[in-house]
Amino acid sequence: MAIALRTVGLGKSFGAFKANSDISLGFESGARHALIGPNGAGKTTFINLLTGVLTPTTGEVYLGEEKVTGLPQHARVKRGMTRTFQINTLFPGLTVLESVVLACCERSGRSGVWWRTVAAERAPIDEAREILARLRLENDLDVPTRNLPYGKQRLLEIALALATRPAVLLLDEPAAGIPSAESAELFHVIAQLPRDVTIVFIEHDMNLVFRFAEKITVLVGGAVLVEGTPEEIANDRRVREVYLGEATHG
Amino acid sequence: MLTSFFGVVFDGVAYGCLLFLISIGLSVTMGLMNFINLAHGAFAMVGGYLCVVVMSALGVPFLAALAIAFLASGVVGAVLERLLYRRLYNAAHLDQVLFTIGLTLMSIATATYIFGPAQQPVRLPAFLTGQVHLLGLDLGSYRLFLIGMVALATLALTYLIEYTRFGAQIRASVDNQQASAGLGINVERVFSVTFALGSALAGLGGGLGIDVLGLDPTFPLKYMVYFLLVCAVGGAGTIRGPLIAALILGVFDVGGKYYVPQIGSFVIYAVMVVMLILFPSGLIGRRA
Amino acid sequence: MSGLPTLRWGRYEIVFWLLPFAAFFLFPGYLTLGSQILIAGLFALSLDLILGYARIISLGHAAFFGLGAYAAGLLAKHGWGEPLSGLALAAIIAALAGWITSFLIVRGQDLTRLMVTLGIGLMLYEAANQASSITGGVDGLSGVEMGKLFGIFAFGLDGKTAYLYSLAVLFAVFYMSRTLVRSPFGLSLRGIREGERRMPAIGASVQRKLVAVYTVGAGIAGVAGALLAQTTQFVGIDVFGFQCSAELMIMLVLGGTGYLYGGLLGAAVFMLLQDYLANLNPVYWQFWLGLLLVIIVLFARGGLMGGLIAVQRRLRWSRRWLSR
Repeated sequence: MAIALRTVGLGKSFGAFKANSDISLGFESGARHALIGPNGAGKTTFINLLTGVLTPTTGEVYLGEEKVTGLPQHARVKRGMTRTFQINTLFPGLTVLESVVLACCERSGRSGVWWRTVAAERAPIDEAREILARLRLENDLDVPTRNLPYGKQRLLEIALALATRPAVLLLDEPAAGIPSAESAELFHVIAQLPRDVTIVFIEHDMNLVFRFAEKITVLVGGAVLVEGTPEEIANDRRVREVYLGEATHG
Repeated sequence: MLTSFFGVVFDGVAYGCLLFLISIGLSVTMGLMNFINLAHGAFAMVGGYLCVVVMSALGVPFLAALAIAFLASGVVGAVLERLLYRRLYNAAHLDQVLFTIGLTLMSIATATYIFGPAQQPVRLPAFLTGQVHLLGLDLGSYRLFLIGMVALATLALTYLIEYTRFGAQIRASVDNQQASAGLGINVERVFSVTFALGSALAGLGGGLGIDVLGLDPTFPLKYMVYFLLVCAVGGAGTIRGPLIAALILGVFDVGGKYYVPQIGSFVIYAVMVVMLILFPSGLIGRRA
Repeated sequence: MSGLPTLRWGRYEIVFWLLPFAAFFLFPGYLTLGSQILIAGLFALSLDLILGYARIISLGHAAFFGLGAYAAGLLAKHGWGEPLSGLALAAIIAALAGWITSFLIVRGQDLTRLMVTLGIGLMLYEAANQASSITGGVDGLSGVEMGKLFGIFAFGLDGKTAYLYSLAVLFAVFYMSRTLVRSPFGLSLRGIREGERRMPAIGASVQRKLVAVYTVGAGIAGVAGALLAQTTQFVGIDVFGFQCSAELMIMLVLGGTGYLYGGLLGAAVFMLLQDYLANLNPVYWQFWLGLLLVIIVLFARGGLMGGLIAVQRRLRWSRRWLSR
C-alpha cells in the first residue's frame, strides 16, 4: 500500500507548551482516515503543520516521496494536499460560483490571465458548475457567500477544496455546527469521492467517525495515543478512559 | 577628529531623545489601539506654539511654559480622542491614515492662519544657553538639559508602566484587549488616558524641541516620517524599542548630515529601509 | 453567464467617456487644465489598482510618477523627442522600480508598508534634489523638447495635441485596466481582498499577485508622469514630493476606491475645485481639504462613486416600487 502522506517526528512547541510532540504517522493512499481526540489535543495544529500554516519545531512532512517541510501553503496545494477549515474561511463578498471559479482558475493556471474576462474561461466555469452540482449548490450560484446559510457555507468549504483536485484531502471538522441529519448527507458526498483521493478528517461526532472511517488515530495531549481500525479503537480501554467516556451521542 | 565625533554622537543622542519623547505616545497608542495616527506630530506642534504664546504674550518663564504645554496638549488629546479618534478604532488602517492626514492638514492650515508660515523663535532662559565642560568635552547646555528631561520622563514612564496598577492595565490591554475587558479593565478609559498622556508628552517634546527641531506650521508633516520611523523600526507598543530606534536614528541622521552632507537625509531613509527589511516587526516587535 | 463579469459597457460608462470629447469642442480655452485633469485621472487610476483593489497602503506612489516624468523628460531633453517611445521608456523604468520595491512591501504589515513607500518617495526626492546637475534640482527640468506625435501632430501652445494625446493614453490604459479587473487575475485580487486566508489554501500565492499588481500600478503611474513631462515640457521636483502622493490619495478617496472610475471622477472634481479655490486662498483650501477628508472617512467612505451608486440604487428601487 503506497503512503500518500507521512510525518516523521513532527512536533510544534509554543514556548514551553508542546502542542504536538513527536508525531510519526503514515496515511495510506486512498485511506478514509479519522483523527480524533479531546479538545485541545492538537489536531488542528497537526493539520496546520501538515499544510504549512505553521512551521514545525521538529520533524518532517512527506507528501508521497517528496519532502514538503518548509514549502509554503500554496506550494503544497499545488502538489496535491488541500485542507478545509474548521471555521468557515470563505470569500464573503464573492458569489458561490465566483469562489469556485477562482479556485478552478487557480488550479488550471489561468489565474494569471488578465486580458480576457472571467466569463470567457469556459473550462474552469464548467468545472466549477460540476463541482457545485455534486454538492447540491447549483441553485445558489449567484448568492454572495455571506448570504448563504451556514450549512451551505460548509458545503462551499468543501467545494473550494475539491476544486484544487487534491490527492490528499484534509478535512477539519467538516460537519462542525451542522445538525446530524445534514451532516450525514455531507459525509455521504465525501464518501463518494474517488478512491485515489486520500481523505483524513478530524471529527468529534463518533457516529460519523465509525460510519465512514476505515482507520482511526487517537491524538491526546499532542501525541499519538493509539491507532487502529474502528473496532480496535472502540474496544481500546485507554481510548475509552480518555475520550469515549466524554463523547456525546449525536 | 575624535572630539567632533563625540560631539556628533552627543548631538545625535539629544536629537534622538527628542524624537523619542514625541514618538513614545505614538508607539504606545499604535501598539495599544492598533491605530495609525499620522497626526501625532500636530500635538507636538500644539505644545510648541502654546509655549511660544504663553512665553511671549504672558511672560511665563520657559520651564513653566513647558509644563503648560504638557498639560494643555494632554487635554487637547483627551478631547479629540473622545470626540473623533474613538470612532475609528475598528476602522481599516487606510481609513485611519486618511482621517489623520485630514486632521494634519487642518492643523497646519490653522497654525498658518494664526501664526503665519515663519519659523517661531524661542528665547531660552540664560542658564540653559552656552556650554558645559564635561568629561573633557564642551557640551551644549540645552542639549544636556534635553537629555536630562527625557531621561527623567523615561524613568517616570517606565515606573508608571512597570510598577503601577494603571501601567499593568496598559500592558494587559496591549497584550490582549478582549481578555483585559473580560477581566473588568475599563479598556476605554485606558485608551483615553494613554492617548492623552501620549499627546501630553508630544506637546512637551514640541516645546522642548523648538530650538533643536524648529517650529513652523509644516512641523507635523516635516517630522511625521521620523516619528513613524521610530515606531516602525522600534516596534510599536513598547518603550525600549522606540528608545533604541530613536537613538540610532538620531545619531545616524546627525552623523549622516555631518560626515556626508551631499546625501544628507538619504542616510536615515536608507537605514530605515534596511532595518525594516531585517526586522519587519520592529526591533522589539509586537504588533505593527 | 450568470453574474460573472463581462466586458459590456454600461450606458453611464459610454456617457462618461463622451464627456472629455465634448469638452474638447466646448472648452477650447481650457485644454491645458483639461490635460492636467486627464493626467491626474490616469495617476489616480494607477493608485486605485494598488489601493482600491489590492488594499496596499502607499504614501509614496509619487515615486513612480516622478521616475516616469524624469525618464521621459530627460530622454527628450537629450535629443530623443519621440513621444510614444518616451512613454514606453517611462513605463518600463517605473514598473521596474515598482517591481524591485514590491518585495519589501508585500512582506510587511500596514505600518511597514506605509513607512517603506513613504521612505522610498522621500529618498527619491532627496536624490533628485542632490543630483541637480542632471535633474535641475529644485528649479526643475526644463528644455524638454517634444517631437511630433506620429510625425504629424506637433505639441502646440493651443494644447490640442496634448489633450487628445493624454485622452487617448488614458482611455487605452483604462480599457486595459478595466479588462484586468474583470479577468481571472482581477478575480484573484478580489479573492485576496475578500479572503486572504483562503487564498493560499486554494493554491494561490498572494505575494506573487501583489507584486504583479504593484508593478502594474507603478508602471501606469510612470506613464502618467511621462505624459505630464511631455505635455508641459517641464518636470518640477515636486513630482516626487509627499504633497503629490497625499493629494493623489485624496483625489482617489474623494472619487471612491475600487471602482476604477473613482480616481477619474475624483481627479476631475479635485482639480477643478483646486483651480478655482486654491488660488483664492491657499490656507483656506488646505483647511477645507483636510476637513473634507475627515468627513469622507467618517460619513461617506465610498466617495463620490459610492454616493452615485447609492443614489442609482435608490432610484431603481423607488421606480420598481412605483410601478407596482
